[in-house]
Amino acid sequence: MALLLDIASWALLSIGGAFVFIGGVGALRMPDLYTRIHAASLTDTMGAVLVIVGIMLQAGLSLAAVKLAAILLFLLLTSPTASNALASAALLAGLRPSGEVAADEEQSK
Amino acid sequence: MYYAVTIATLVTMALALARALLGPSVYDRVLAANMFGTKTVLLLSVIAFLYGRPDFLDLALAYALINFIGVLAVLEFIRRRPETDAVDNGSRH
Amino acid sequence: MIVLFGVFLLSLMVITALAIVRTHHLFVAVILTGIFSLLMAANFFLLDAADVALTEAAIGAGISTVLFLGALALTGEHERANTSNRLLALSVVAVTTLLVIYATFDKPRFGDPLAPVHQHVAPWYLDKTAEAIDIPNVVTAVLGSFRGYDTLGEVFVVFTAGIGVLFLFGARPSHGSGAGAGAARTNTTKPGQGLRHYLIPRVVGRLLIPFIFLFGLYVQFHGDYGPGGGFQAGAIIAAAVILYALLEGEEQALRVLPHKLLIGLMAGGALLYGGVGVAALLLGGNFLDYSVLAADPIVGQHIGILLIEAGVGITVTGVLISVFHAFAGRRRY
Repeated sequence: MALLLDIASWALLSIGGAFVFIGGVGALRMPDLYTRIHAASLTDTMGAVLVIVGIMLQAGLSLAAVKLAAILLFLLLTSPTASNALASAALLAGLRPSGEVAADEEQSK
Repeated sequence: MYYAVTIATLVTMALALARALLGPSVYDRVLAANMFGTKTVLLLSVIAFLYGRPDFLDLALAYALINFIGVLAVLEFIRRRPETDAVDNGSRH
Repeated sequence: MIVLFGVFLLSLMVITALAIVRTHHLFVAVILTGIFSLLMAANFFLLDAADVALTEAAIGAGISTVLFLGALALTGEHERANTSNRLLALSVVAVTTLLVIYATFDKPRFGDPLAPVHQHVAPWYLDKTAEAIDIPNVVTAVLGSFRGYDTLGEVFVVFTAGIGVLFLFGARPSHGSGAGAGAARTNTTKPGQGLRHYLIPRVVGRLLIPFIFLFGLYVQFHGDYGPGGGFQAGAIIAAAVILYALLEGEEQALRVLPHKLLIGLMAGGALLYGGVGVAALLLGGNFLDYSVLAADPIVGQHIGILLIEAGVGITVTGVLISVFHAFAGRRRY
């Protein structure tokens, strides 16, 4: 049973780590703001879920597992909301999804 | 096994920092800061486990909440920027 | 292995600091400062200093960024051209850096148990905490009881900073104009609309505010047993009120927590701390000697630490919310 938990935990942590890394690469390499938001927010949430569930399996039934469940719940609620707010703010400010990169006054930097 | 996740998270933090330094518009940088925040929460959770000190998980929880509030505050203040400073300032509502 | 992680985070900090210095756009600098604070908090965490990491995360990465942005919304966003003598400054900095590097050759090695800092007061604190105060978190014992005077000074410093900012901004709510930026608040502008048109953040934010309060109270009272205490809890509760002010508008937040209440919180926390000290005097002990507050000295210590941490938390909450309203409630016109 402990071996099964270990294997499951290992698998979840590895896949979670892979998601996190893919998110980072996506945020760096995508061409437009909205595609970057898409890459960063999806992989953020999914990677966080997998990693935290993986750690919870190692923690067993204890106070640490309850705290991890609370962290998971808050991340699930707040991370997509923040991405939604960011995308709404960008859209309301006038940035349209397009092929080329939009820039503001930092071009003179 | 925790070391692999820690290394992946640290590398992603470096990539997010690169986006924060490069990103042409200010929203790119806010996106990078938000991503940095959630990666910090993950890093703190994994290292708290690595050290064997589960009461350090309070920091990760506090950080998740503060990150959310920080991103909403940044967006609100971007919306309030004076007209003369922002080129891409669209409708004020 | 942990040392490698620490070195990696430190190098990211150097890159961020260079970028903050080089950019001319102050908004970018503020966001990068937030990232810098996060890296610092992660470093503190790796060094096993959990209380400091929590304080740095709550205040540095959260509240400071909000206040800087509030200030930037009032002033311009581009750095003025620097006309001072750069060569002189560069030479002074270079000489100082070389002196400091030379001074580090004599330092003890990192984590050396025989270093002087671990030999004198620290073992005494570690021993005496278990027998005199009996709480698991030695940091709170040192902060609250062994070095209570220093923490009293810190609370009064926070209080003075709050008063200073309020003087500069002229926080008279009914009169409107104040000393400082000159122009009076016009009646027709609506600075406090908040994120009213963003439905999803509003709903989720309103759902979360009570839990953030609850978490702030947990951090306040859990300071005896784990990382926590008054400063961190004050910052978290202030962050919850700032979230409410962002979502619903500052006028609504001022209706819920008016200026008089905030000023009362600011002064009341510091008074509570001083009051505990005076109560200890009146009960026969020294100033801030908590052992006389109850029949059993250890229970007295617990009561004393509880009350002073509450005082610290109340003052920090009042100051941070007042300063936020002072910055965010003004317009630039």
